[in-house]
Amino acid sequence: MNVRTLETLVGFFMLLFFIAMFILAMKVSNLASLTGGSGYEVTAYFENIGGLKPRAPVSASGVRVGQVSKIEYDAETFQAKVTLNIDNDYQEFPIDTSASIYTAGLLGEQYIGLDPGGEEEYLADGDEFELTQSALVLERLIGRVLVNQ
Amino acid sequence: MLNSVRLLGARTLESVQALGRAHVFLAQTLIGMGSAVRRFSLVMQQLHASGVKTLSIILVSGLFVGMVLALQGYNTLVQFGAEESLGVVVALTLVRELGPVVTGLLFAGRAGSALTAEIGLMKSTEQLSGLEMMAIDPFQRIFAPRLLAGFLSLPMLAAMFSAVGVLGGHLVGVELLGVDVGAYWSQMQSAVSFSSDVLTGLIKAVVFGLVVTWIAIFEGADCVPTPEGVASATTRTVVKSSLAVLGLDFLLTAVMFSV
Repeated sequence: MNVRTLETLVGFFMLLFFIAMFILAMKVSNLASLTGGSGYEVTAYFENIGGLKPRAPVSASGVRVGQVSKIEYDAETFQAKVTLNIDNDYQEFPIDTSASIYTAGLLGEQYIGLDPGGEEEYLADGDEFELTQSALVLERLIGRVLVNQ
Repeated sequence: MLNSVRLLGARTLESVQALGRAHVFLAQTLIGMGSAVRRFSLVMQQLHASGVKTLSIILVSGLFVGMVLALQGYNTLVQFGAEESLGVVVALTLVRELGPVVTGLLFAGRAGSALTAEIGLMKSTEQLSGLEMMAIDPFQRIFAPRLLAGFLSLPMLAAMFSAVGVLGGHLVGVELLGVDVGAYWSQMQSAVSFSSDVLTGLIKAVVFGLVVTWIAIFEGADCVPTPEGVASATTRTVVKSSLAVLGLDFLLTAVMFSV
């Protein structure tokens, strides 16, 4: 086989490899969203975050509008401080929007649901959710039922 | 009785010797690697022989493995109402395990056996001794380019396998079974991490590439120079490298994913 066809074929091979790596990096894994910065950050304090993890989805009315970018423990308020990264496409959440931690399905992953309020002003970068609702921890519920009996 | 003890000892010594020969062989090939890099056209030829020619079987089997994973995963997940996690199941299985392992096995069958047969035939027709007579080092001219090409092409093939498999999973899961397309990709993205899943999968593939090609070349160079010798060396290549891939996979998984 002559050298040029050989080089063309190997070139195609490399090209396919680059396409595959691009799919693996951008579509399959989270490399695209890690570089992030494409949204604005809002913080929320929760009593208990249950099994919430970084990169969990943030949704409003079931539509994904962002993701959890950071979870910390605040030693002053004894609460979990969750930083949400909301896409720039969704700028207009009223400042009295409430954030709650829900579970997708019975055993599914946990996510943050936003319920918009009625104020005229909108949340901006660095703001904080006034109203939050913690995750439902199954053990606590069972404990409460047992105590009430 | 005495004879069988003697036979056992001889077999043991023989296999220890073969192990030693294999490692000396690897060291000599690695020393010859420098000149192989300088004459990259030789590596290019081998990339074509072991990479490009393996491409079609890798792409087709990747597609079907992804489709089967989606089908089986869906049947199990739908019982828990968790069919949205199908993308995670397909992607993690492919990227972490099946991509590198199945590619390694197919590579051993498709390219490894061809390498052994080629080099075995070179040995039995005394081409290797011919090269040495002309003061051409077969390690630099024959073995090093082949080792380098196998080492490079297996991770590339594994990446393509995983990518095509995920697309196959999309085809069955989303188009055929009706899993939500957004859930398929977004849950996958939030569960698969590039550094700890995709890259570790590729590290596995790099190791498999080195080991499979090493076994294939060594078996070829070490075969009995007869038609039967080449035939049994080819069989040994496929058996040994398949076992090596599966065994090393367990080891690498234990090392990389246990922490």
